[in-house]
Amino acid sequence: MLIEQLSVFLQNEKGRLAGMCRILGDAGLDMHALVVADTAEYGVARVICDRPHSARRVLESAGLAVSITRVVAIEIPDRAGGLAEVLECMGTCDINVEYLYCFPRRDGVSAVDIVRVADPDRAAGCLTAGGFTLVHASEIYQPDPA
Amino acid sequence: MFQPELETMSREALESLQLARLRTQLARVYVNVPLYRRKFDEAGFRPEQLQTLSDLSRVPFTVKDDLREAYPFDMFAVPMRDIVRVHSSSGTTGQVSVVGYTRGDVERWSELMARTLACAGVTADDVVQVAYGYGLFTGGLGAHYGSERLGAMTIPVSGGNTARQAQILKDFGVTVLACTPSYALLIAETAASMGIDVRSLPLRVGVFGAEPWSEGMRDQIEEVMGIRAIDIYGLSEVMGPGVASECVHRNGLHVFEDHFIIEVIDPETMEPVRDGEQGEVVFTTLTKEGIPVIRYRTRDISRIVPGECACGRTFRRMERVTGRTDDMLIIRGVNVYPSQIEQVLMGIPGVAPHYQVVLDKRGSMDTVEVQVEVSPDLEFDEIRELEALQRKVAGAIAATLAVSVDVKLVEPRTIQRSEGKAKRVVDLRTKGA
Repeated sequence: MLIEQLSVFLQNEKGRLAGMCRILGDAGLDMHALVVADTAEYGVARVICDRPHSARRVLESAGLAVSITRVVAIEIPDRAGGLAEVLECMGTCDINVEYLYCFPRRDGVSAVDIVRVADPDRAAGCLTAGGFTLVHASEIYQPDPA
Repeated sequence: MFQPELETMSREALESLQLARLRTQLARVYVNVPLYRRKFDEAGFRPEQLQTLSDLSRVPFTVKDDLREAYPFDMFAVPMRDIVRVHSSSGTTGQVSVVGYTRGDVERWSELMARTLACAGVTADDVVQVAYGYGLFTGGLGAHYGSERLGAMTIPVSGGNTARQAQILKDFGVTVLACTPSYALLIAETAASMGIDVRSLPLRVGVFGAEPWSEGMRDQIEEVMGIRAIDIYGLSEVMGPGVASECVHRNGLHVFEDHFIIEVIDPETMEPVRDGEQGEVVFTTLTKEGIPVIRYRTRDISRIVPGECACGRTFRRMERVTGRTDDMLIIRGVNVYPSQIEQVLMGIPGVAPHYQVVLDKRGSMDTVEVQVEVSPDLEFDEIRELEALQRKVAGAIAATLAVSVDVKLVEPRTIQRSEGKAKRVVDLRTKGA
């Protein structure tokens, strides 16, 4: 039900992001989404990619600090107010969103929203009860065992 | 114990041995080393005036600059044909000084290093990997001769080629690793990246020295390597490693007092402090022939640990040296030793024990940036978690050292590793000044 997202600590220096992407590329691991949150000195790259546990191992063996975070993926209806309804639903359950980002699905007609909250299991329950469609990991990437 | 008859002798017998050796030593240097003759004459001191050990306080000090000015051989006390080996100081601070050893010096040094290893619990059954640098640095050859003298199987790897170090550690069934503590961590890290689990190897003891290291770093090394880490002490000007060593009780380092007299002085007044009080450590060599030193000011800060040790050795113990006055940073008027910063970092989960202190100036204000690696097993995702970690490190340093510092988190394995003595401080303040 939940999605495994990689968080990679990168110094805010030229070539660091490229280096990370090259490592994943050379290992044959396809990325489906990438967002970077940054400060002046460093950033955290959040990545949804195939075989996240293998990805973690190859990145760590290259010396990078990597965490896996469980996040919720929701299918967002492609119409005005679609995302607002999702957020309002979580609001009624008193769930605070830490951050979110969006990427298109492969069908090209709907979008997936990745939502990071403190308690993803509770958020998933809340959204399912509210009638929203959660997206399973296997619909986005190739999951692998830890 | 390697030489129990000497290591457990009564204080009375020890002091009379020290007095006899000291008198001979002073007479020899007065005759053979112009520098000492001049110093003694200027101070109005004649070697025969020394009647008791406490008279030593009337003898002038020797300082690092004396050895530097004597470069290369001017303080040797024997004809050059009697010197069989030279080493030099590692040049941690400024110009190097050269030290010479007679055949007898090499013999005694080997015995003292064998004592040191035995003190750490090493026996002839052990396999000792010597990863201190071989060469002009005293660490490699000092440990090597001691290990052979003890009868242990000795592997002279020297420093460097860390992947090979890790491979040998595993393949040769090494039980004792001798190197600097920072290099031990690098070997452990490298082994782990090669898929070698150091904890599961026969390795059981680490004999570490040549740089100040904190208790926190000791815990860390013991944890990742699954060993007992022993601190040893020495400096090339006095002999090299083998001047003092911890025993298995690890409550201070036994000074091998039959060969060295230790004094602790107040570096301001130059007067000896009482046992137990902190001050600068001063050594006088009693048996060295090549280049004896008289009241040599080490600039190392320590104290005598009062009381007796459960191991039975009667030699007094000096507390672990946490800093050398040369390493001391004066930051906005506050005295700080890098090892204090290390100690703080060790207590904080999420950061690795690898750090570097960068000093600079912004206007007339000193700035201090502590670069610290995030630990590979840090669980993080949000920027604010990392910012909280940064604040936590800065807060802990400020609370302990009373100076505010900027903390910069950097990626694992980006701070340069050392194969010998770690370089913890980069001072940009004097650049262009």
